[in-house]
Amino acid sequence: MTHSGSSLPDLPNCTSTAAPMSEIRSPPPDRVLEIVLENVLHFLTCRRDRNAASLVCHSWYRAEALTRSDLFIGNCYAVSPHRATSRFRRVRSLTVKGKPRFADFDLLPLNWGAHFSPWGSALADAYPWLEKLHLKRMSLTDDDLNLIARSFPSFKELVLVCCEGFGIPGIAAVAANCRLLRVLDLVESVVEDADEDEEVMDWISCFPDGETHLESLVFECVECPVNFESLERLVARSPYLKKLRLNHYVSIPQLYRLMHRAPQLTHLGTGSFCASDDVAVGDQELDYSSAFAACKSLVCLSGFRDILPDYLPAIYPACANLTSLNLSYADVNADQLKPVILQCHKLQTLWVLDSICDEGLQAVAATCKDLRELRVFPGNTREEVEGPVSEVGLEVISQGCRKLQSILFFCQRMTNAAVIAMSKNCPDLVVFRLCIIGRYRPDPETHEPMDDGFGAIVMNCKKLTRLAVSGLLTDQAFRYIGMYGKLVRTLSVAFAGDSDQGLKYVLEGCPNLQKLEIRDSPFGDAALHSGLHHFYNMRFLWMSTCKLTRQGCQEIARALPHLALEVIDSQEDKADDHIEILYMYRSLDRPRNDAPKCVTILQ
Amino acid sequence: MEPSIYQSELNLEATELRLGLPGRTNNKRSSPEDRSRSISISISKSSSVDSSGPSNATDHDDDDDDHQNSVQPAKVQVVGWPPVRSFRRNSMQQQKQKKDEHNNNNGDGSAMYVKVSMAGAPYLRKIDLNVYNSYSQLLNALQNLFKCTFGEYSEREGYNGSEYAPTYEDKDGDWMLVGDVPWDMFTCSCKRLRIVKGSEAKGLASL
Repeated sequence: MTHSGSSLPDLPNCTSTAAPMSEIRSPPPDRVLEIVLENVLHFLTCRRDRNAASLVCHSWYRAEALTRSDLFIGNCYAVSPHRATSRFRRVRSLTVKGKPRFADFDLLPLNWGAHFSPWGSALADAYPWLEKLHLKRMSLTDDDLNLIARSFPSFKELVLVCCEGFGIPGIAAVAANCRLLRVLDLVESVVEDADEDEEVMDWISCFPDGETHLESLVFECVECPVNFESLERLVARSPYLKKLRLNHYVSIPQLYRLMHRAPQLTHLGTGSFCASDDVAVGDQELDYSSAFAACKSLVCLSGFRDILPDYLPAIYPACANLTSLNLSYADVNADQLKPVILQCHKLQTLWVLDSICDEGLQAVAATCKDLRELRVFPGNTREEVEGPVSEVGLEVISQGCRKLQSILFFCQRMTNAAVIAMSKNCPDLVVFRLCIIGRYRPDPETHEPMDDGFGAIVMNCKKLTRLAVSGLLTDQAFRYIGMYGKLVRTLSVAFAGDSDQGLKYVLEGCPNLQKLEIRDSPFGDAALHSGLHHFYNMRFLWMSTCKLTRQGCQEIARALPHLALEVIDSQEDKADDHIEILYMYRSLDRPRNDAPKCVTILQ
Repeated sequence: MEPSIYQSELNLEATELRLGLPGRTNNKRSSPEDRSRSISISISKSSSVDSSGPSNATDHDDDDDDHQNSVQPAKVQVVGWPPVRSFRRNSMQQQKQKKDEHNNNNGDGSAMYVKVSMAGAPYLRKIDLNVYNSYSQLLNALQNLFKCTFGEYSEREGYNGSEYAPTYEDKDGDWMLVGDVPWDMFTCSCKRLRIVKGSEAKGLASL
């Protein structure tokens, strides 16, 4: 900001230091600074930077609150909707996350909470200009979707990830009423089935006629057939559509037609990728690869939900440009994968099923030198089988894909040596999640616990922020994590550890820990107590089937008044004081009043 | 957890006589190590044998299961383990069933998902029938899932006196009371489940 001399005309809202205050009608000095600050803060987009700025002083706090347009609520119960909307007055985009992650694995009772309705009504009042809403693990009803559809005339973007409680009518309401809609992404959400007697509504035809603004339409998780003619017409009149992810009711001949309608697509979820039931195989086959050749901008492919591997070669024309490939619903073996993967030189993200075997991983390692993220999912979740992927696969990946940043690997056997090798070969790892399906399984070669492997990961991967451990682990593993895992923010533990000391190492050693989820491990009250100094810094802590008692939790609740401790127990009369689940999080407001009977909130 | 630490220090596995190449674990489903771990877990949990977690499957490590370990491959399944989202599990299972139907297989019985609905509840859920070995396990799980009670079952009077009763639709499309047929026949013929009010179920029982 420059100070102009009194002879020059002043810019609005600026004072000149030279002219006396009485001669110029300008705002008081501290208000000037605020206005300048507001203008500058508009450029600040990262929420952590904004949080820091808001702590400088009251005027910075106010300026920041007025200029924050993207609001992120990591835990819907950490703050009431009223408090959020009172502080931030001009929000255009809101993200809210609800249930803890272990809800995905059926560990949380039904109807636990994370209801969107209170947020919905607060938003409708406070932000009529709302444009974007991202919800994760929230429970929302068709009424909620109706409210969203009718309350925000500028609404552009709805993203629902792992949500449930709503059905087709809700989606139809959004399609019909949000005229400016650009993004409708339904990801891994449970869309309630209508009773089989009722007719399923054709929500696709609810989009208004004429050209749409749609850029992204994702409905892979919608478990009911769509009217294909409506869908084709919709795609044809959506010139801006870049992302289209179909559900498995769309057959490959239908996909063919859609791709020719939308050659500008960059992200495609291919639906079932097999012929529909009425068409016999070999019956007037279309040249599906021509569709992939026509879509020259494709960079991301997914879907393949019921794939007939014979059709996989159709994607060859797209392989050279692909940066992301998700075959994790496709039961393909190594021989079927190889011709595809050997062409994917630019691949950065790959999700696969373990059906590709170590041999398939070898092919990936040989070609995908730019790979950043790999996820290998289990085709068979039984603990006692041999399993098609193992330490062999992990090791070859570590040798071939040196730029790896994120890995999720399910397997039935793993050695310390392979994990140590990965820690040395892939120093850029930020996310390391290894799930050895057999609980308490030691290294099959050395019969040792897996402590050294995970120890090497935290020691050598200096950028690591997220870690999930498995296999036979003693307290030593946690000692390593506490010693070296200084940047770890998220830690997942299951069936691990020997004693309270294990958890103590982590709570005392990891200053950046924000999300801790533990199940079936022998950690008790004394261990929990050792984290008192840190719990206000955490988003949440989950401990289920550990050794916590109600008494121990009560002590924590007394010591830390802004912590909500939810004790979840399915049984009423208990012989002892042990609890099943503790879900604990910081909260600025009174405890929630929408919890089911099995939840007790300690204060 | 003393028993298991002791066991691993003894390194029973190294000295165990078995067939197969050294260093490969092979199918060690009923190894002493596993079983002792299983038992020590059930001791540290709550005391009831038929304990069910706050979710849709019985927990592992009933005494029954341990006994069965030595007799047949165990169907022990831990709730929520491995951590694969139910969306993915259901999709893979549907795919497998489709493939099996196509190949005229009966499937290897690894999972058999059926929908469960309840009169008055907005939620539909899917459960895996193969996780259970008996009616009592299934009914416990259902009662936990929907937070209701069924009461005593008798052949003549069904679930007399209870607020809710479990019913199912069989292969012929008929609605039956859960418990009317032997368990194995039930798992083969059950297409979906519905929990109805006790008064509605009275009609079924009297048939």
